[in-house]
Amino acid sequence: MQGIVQRQPLLSLSVIVVVAFLLWLILAPWPPGLTAVMGPKRVFLAAVLSGITLGALYFLVASGFTLIFGLMRNVNLAHGSLYLLGGYLGFEIADRTGAWLLALPVVFVVVALLGVVLQWAVFRRMEGEELRQTLVTIGLSIVIADILLWIWGGQSYQILTPDFLAGPMELPLVTAVRSDGTAVYLRYPRVRMWILFAAIVVGVAMWLVMTRTRIGMLIRAGVDDREMLAASGLPIQVVFVLVFAFGAGLAGVAGVVGGTFQSLSPGEDTRFLLASLVVVIVGGMGSIPGAALGALIIGLAEQIGLVYAPTYSVVFTFLIMAAVLAFRPQGLLGARR
Amino acid sequence: MARLEEARLPSAGPTPGAEAGLVLRIPAAVWAVGALLLLMPAFANNFVLFQVFGWTFILGMIALSLMFLAGYGGMVSLIQMTVAGLAGYMVAILGSSGTEEVSLGLAWWVTIPAAIIIATLFGTVVGALAVRTEGIYTIMITLAIAAAFFYFTRQNYTIFNGYNGFSLVVPPRLFGIDWRQPVAFYYLTLGMALLSYGAVIYVARSPFGLALQGVRDNARRMAALGYNVVWHRIFAYTFAAVIAAFAGILLVWQNAQIAPGTAGIPAVIDILVIAVVGGLRHPIGPFIGAFIYVLLSAFAPDVLTAFGLAPDRFKLLVGLGFLAVVYFSPDGVLGLWARAMAARRKRTDPLTGLPR
Repeated sequence: MQGIVQRQPLLSLSVIVVVAFLLWLILAPWPPGLTAVMGPKRVFLAAVLSGITLGALYFLVASGFTLIFGLMRNVNLAHGSLYLLGGYLGFEIADRTGAWLLALPVVFVVVALLGVVLQWAVFRRMEGEELRQTLVTIGLSIVIADILLWIWGGQSYQILTPDFLAGPMELPLVTAVRSDGTAVYLRYPRVRMWILFAAIVVGVAMWLVMTRTRIGMLIRAGVDDREMLAASGLPIQVVFVLVFAFGAGLAGVAGVVGGTFQSLSPGEDTRFLLASLVVVIVGGMGSIPGAALGALIIGLAEQIGLVYAPTYSVVFTFLIMAAVLAFRPQGLLGARR
Repeated sequence: MARLEEARLPSAGPTPGAEAGLVLRIPAAVWAVGALLLLMPAFANNFVLFQVFGWTFILGMIALSLMFLAGYGGMVSLIQMTVAGLAGYMVAILGSSGTEEVSLGLAWWVTIPAAIIIATLFGTVVGALAVRTEGIYTIMITLAIAAAFFYFTRQNYTIFNGYNGFSLVVPPRLFGIDWRQPVAFYYLTLGMALLSYGAVIYVARSPFGLALQGVRDNARRMAALGYNVVWHRIFAYTFAAVIAAFAGILLVWQNAQIAPGTAGIPAVIDILVIAVVGGLRHPIGPFIGAFIYVLLSAFAPDVLTAFGLAPDRFKLLVGLGFLAVVYFSPDGVLGLWARAMAARRKRTDPLTGLPR
């Protein structure tokens, strides 16, 4: 951190200024002039929070994607299909048993098992043939998408929010000050705050596993040099299967989460595949903190863009990606290869 | 001295003998296919001419541009359908269409070159971004840009007319011919497909194409030899974009309309499927792949009902077929063909030529 500040004082200064300005925008009550330009603060805060929570969902999807890519060099273009499959399964479970919490572990296990089958039966046989693996995942995504359309049809589903997550909650963020001096606090859907919390927990847990445990050490070694790890006689195939299963299961769980606060319909698979692609391109391939940063940036850009420039919100995402590619092709936190 | 004469002979210009050699060098099968294609309107009905073959040639051209980049340049670019879509959009926007409040209604000799140039520029810029990455990263980045284009055209109403797109986009009446008539359109697409096929063959053997294949095989060595690796790759994108742009204009004329879905993500993936199923080794592959794809999409309902499935499971069939091809023959149908020929050769004894 110090190194960066010393090497690029101007860049780090501007980053600090921008972050401080954003914090002021979020925390302080707005002066009337600013409200006249940007609209009420409530709208801005809602957009920021939607961006952060959407980023949390993107992180859940993209972290599995980036982990699989980093270790196996396999661009799993069927990742979006796993997301949608998880969502539909979660809908069925929550709908039939009424237990939303039950859906999460069941979906995780089922989709993870599918991941095991995929890795063991398909990708293990074409190891090192990156293009062929990618093509196979494209074929799989076409097939899975059509099977899902076959079973669940074209209509859109929404998983019912469980009672303990329903309704709004009050956040300690001031949106406005009334004339009598009392502050008005922001009310925001409880479920979205919980998703953000869950994503942070998952992210921290992943980071701890990656840095503190033996399996994490194996994974990091595999990301750095797969062949060397295999040559050391370590069970790399088992690590591959575990990572693929975990990434797939996470995508399935993200499907349940996404189906709860958004909706599930055909086409969502490509949407989340695209989101994962952009997130890992921006954040850096194979890097978990990169996925978190990328997801935050893309989520924020999408939601703030949606509020202040609805037509061009997609273009913002794309421009961010193009800028990252042009100036830092390995991604913001990616390692240079 | 005699040896010198001999050595000079091939470059001695077009002698009657050399002409005959050229004719003989081309296998009989190619002549048969060529004659069949030229005489097709004599015995095929309008549906076959317009829907099956017109569409085959157009999809084949777009897949050909992908094949050029992937086969000769080693860059699998998913942007080709988007380039084609942009060219089609430009014809609709600059020319005339049913949406008169957006379309400018310019003459064809302005709109067609402008559409080609704009689409080519777009393809080049995307290429310039994509060549900063390698291998699967290129797939991801071009896919992301293609998706961004799709969402942008769907949301933008001032230029791209959003969800509705443009309808009633028809080719100009040149030389008194309605080019949307099945026979005229058949020959138009056939001619364009042959032109692009020839152009790819020619460019692949030109110094540029050879250098590009060198870059594909070993970029570092080519850079050490003094070739500008980046510009060779970017120019490959430019060349591929020209082919895709022509195909895009033909596509919008065939459908008489264009909408965001024309260059949507499924369409983008379809082009990759076509190119891979056909085979990325040779420029004929994409056309074979396109022919199979079009036949499947035209006759899949019958096949599916024969197997007792609902007729709208077409995508499942395509996906499973694609998976089978990728799984069993990574070189596509061309790879299968090459393998069959190799097996046949193996069956005959190399010394006597007799079957073993």
